[in-house]
Amino acid sequence: MAVAVKSVETSDVETEQLATGCEAIAEAIRLADVDVMAAYPIRPYDGVMQAAAKLIANGKMDVEYIVADGEHSQFEIVKHACAVGSRVFVGSSGVGWFYAFEAIAVTAGLRLPVVAICGNRALDDPGAFGTEHNDSLAVRDLGWLLPWAETAQEALDLALMAWRVGEDKRVSLPVAIGLDGAFLTHSQQIVKIPTQAAVDKFLPPFDLGDRLLHPDNPITIAPQVDQDWLMEIRMQNDQAMRKAEGVIREAHADFKKLFGRGGESPFLDEYMTDDAEFVFFGQGTLALPMKVAIRRLRKEGHKVGLVRLKWFRPFATEEIVRSLSRFKAIGVIDRDYSFGSPHYGGVLYNEVRSALYSQPKRPVVVGFIAGLGGREIEQPMAQEIFEKTKAAASGDLKAGDTCHWIGVRS
Amino acid sequence: MTEASITVEVVYRGIFQKTLAQRICRAIVLAARKRGHTGTAFARYGDSPERNGVPAKQFAVVAVNDIELEASMAKYEPAVVDVSIAVDDTLVKGVESWAWYGRQPIWKPVRKDGFLLVTSEKTPDEVLSQTDTAERPFSLVVVPGAASFAGLWVFKDDHTDYRVLGALAKVAPDWVRLDDVKALIKEQTKDEAAVQSAQYGYDGTRIRPVKPGEGTSGHEKLQFDKPGWTTMRPGIVVDARKPGERNPFYKKYSARTLRPVVNFDTCIKCTMCWLDCPDECFEVTPEGHYEVVYEACIGCGICAQVCPVKDCIVMVDELKFDDNTNKWDLWKKDRASYNQWFEKMSGVPADPKAVARASTAATNASPAANPTTSAGGDD
Repeated sequence: MAVAVKSVETSDVETEQLATGCEAIAEAIRLADVDVMAAYPIRPYDGVMQAAAKLIANGKMDVEYIVADGEHSQFEIVKHACAVGSRVFVGSSGVGWFYAFEAIAVTAGLRLPVVAICGNRALDDPGAFGTEHNDSLAVRDLGWLLPWAETAQEALDLALMAWRVGEDKRVSLPVAIGLDGAFLTHSQQIVKIPTQAAVDKFLPPFDLGDRLLHPDNPITIAPQVDQDWLMEIRMQNDQAMRKAEGVIREAHADFKKLFGRGGESPFLDEYMTDDAEFVFFGQGTLALPMKVAIRRLRKEGHKVGLVRLKWFRPFATEEIVRSLSRFKAIGVIDRDYSFGSPHYGGVLYNEVRSALYSQPKRPVVVGFIAGLGGREIEQPMAQEIFEKTKAAASGDLKAGDTCHWIGVRS
Repeated sequence: MTEASITVEVVYRGIFQKTLAQRICRAIVLAARKRGHTGTAFARYGDSPERNGVPAKQFAVVAVNDIELEASMAKYEPAVVDVSIAVDDTLVKGVESWAWYGRQPIWKPVRKDGFLLVTSEKTPDEVLSQTDTAERPFSLVVVPGAASFAGLWVFKDDHTDYRVLGALAKVAPDWVRLDDVKALIKEQTKDEAAVQSAQYGYDGTRIRPVKPGEGTSGHEKLQFDKPGWTTMRPGIVVDARKPGERNPFYKKYSARTLRPVVNFDTCIKCTMCWLDCPDECFEVTPEGHYEVVYEACIGCGICAQVCPVKDCIVMVDELKFDDNTNKWDLWKKDRASYNQWFEKMSGVPADPKAVARASTAATNASPAANPTTSAGGDD
């Protein structure tokens, strides 16, 4: 339950905190003046629960904090709260996220801009709590926007972006931010906490307009539609998803203006790519070991770089294709896997190949499965990824037809 | 009914007649199979799960071979049928599941010169007088018998299906032969009476050709356009009603076989009907009476059951009524006319005390006379 707070303390200067990804998200919840959050513990998402509860207990945040009896209820609670006009936050991880799946699916169908985090975690059994992206990716076809953060700072920034973009009337879709379990959710980093005034400038109040469920605005949400309406509903959602790309660009431009962060593109973060012949491509915290490897490889004279994907949905196809077409070879690193998929590859690998298919000049694309279940991507593995990508580019390794599992014991 | 295939639909009251419809559709295919045809029987998916009394459909398609069967099955729900069988005569007032897209004439999918079979105790002309104005010629075929109602898991074996099959053999002998029907029933039931019911359906059926323009134009036109993705509201949102308002798009009367009529003079304003009505059909009048909103009423009969006053709410054959107008206005304006109307429709006296007094007087005068009997129709 919410603690009655007469006035929450606000700071009018940007401050710095040493915060985990989860704590950074809790700060974003505070700054966004979220009305309702629903909670149910599962590692690693529960770090947000704890951080938010602490903010409430310390009188720093006023939010209706509902502890649900399970993830399904948890996601239903925020869906309904959102329909009556509340700005909401929710989150889960791994199998907990899957337990909420029914609610997750219909939230997008109803165009309710719920903002969630998915603290990425392997889908047990067998019990493994480390990061793996298959939990978030399972909702990739349902109409959720899916950004991935690399740092605690980016987690906070993406959360503010999430409410801004998701609640935009042109979009009105839910957003689930991917946060790598442990590496991001539980690692403390220096995070800049923006001022309330700046956030207020960036984030307008939530307004559902004539879709607000209220006695003065009598509407029925989600009547039975059968086969006669469903294709039109899907088409509407598709149009909203298509518009999301432009809305993200707008929000990103404003964000940069107000906070001075976010990089050149909202969708791609490029590292040492200007003269690169080969690049690694991936999302989330695996960027860190790969950047370290790149610096080492550069010293050895290899023209190698990294393109990190920041939004998986919407997939900014045109920009991604434009960027990746510049290189000889792409090593796509998936922290996920899709059993039985084309070429037995990861999800990202097949998305990238599909996006590049119609290009006259296609780079070689090599797939790598690495870091599943939270296994660390260590420098020898990064080296192997580089060598295989390079070999594929020179034709020494048959690229594309197989994905390479990195760091797996035989 | 081409050279190669025939499509038959059975329109029935959800739940109450589901098993009946299923038996008819299966028997059509199995009887046709006896002469070497092939076929399929299936229910309209959108009707499931069925609701009590809501019009629903099942189909039987019979063809000379698998290729022709597939050709006639290319559209899952047939848009055009050769024969439509309504197993309750009140269905002729118009049907559509869930009232989603309004009310459709019962003959809507029946092709030119096709057949509309109706089980009824009424004459073809009486049935036709409640059927929407025909737009193309068809034959109205009345199969003798009252509507057979049972439950989802309970079947009332009153031979309705055998009579319907016999009647079908009369109008579509190229597809369903009487001999095949009888043989099938004999196999299935080993009961000669059941076989005779098929013969009775064949012999007792009355066929009345219907010309375009015949029928009634009195039923409400209720058709809606389906919205497109550019015209519908986002988020699967539809208009709802303010408290006290009724939804003009959602009408439930096509589910009704009987409707309640109210005797406002004997009503004690106890609120029971208003409280117990599952569809919130009752409106409170300024005098504190409860009038039925007939567009919302599905005819479940709960009001008549809970009403503590005998014959204050009487359930009456839906086919007796031409429209859904509320009747309290008439009672308010002209009680005598209203009570006359009430007696005509319900068959029970509007003023039971007067009847009782007259009865006592009449009994005293002549023991033979019994006015309650002459009022008639009271269950």
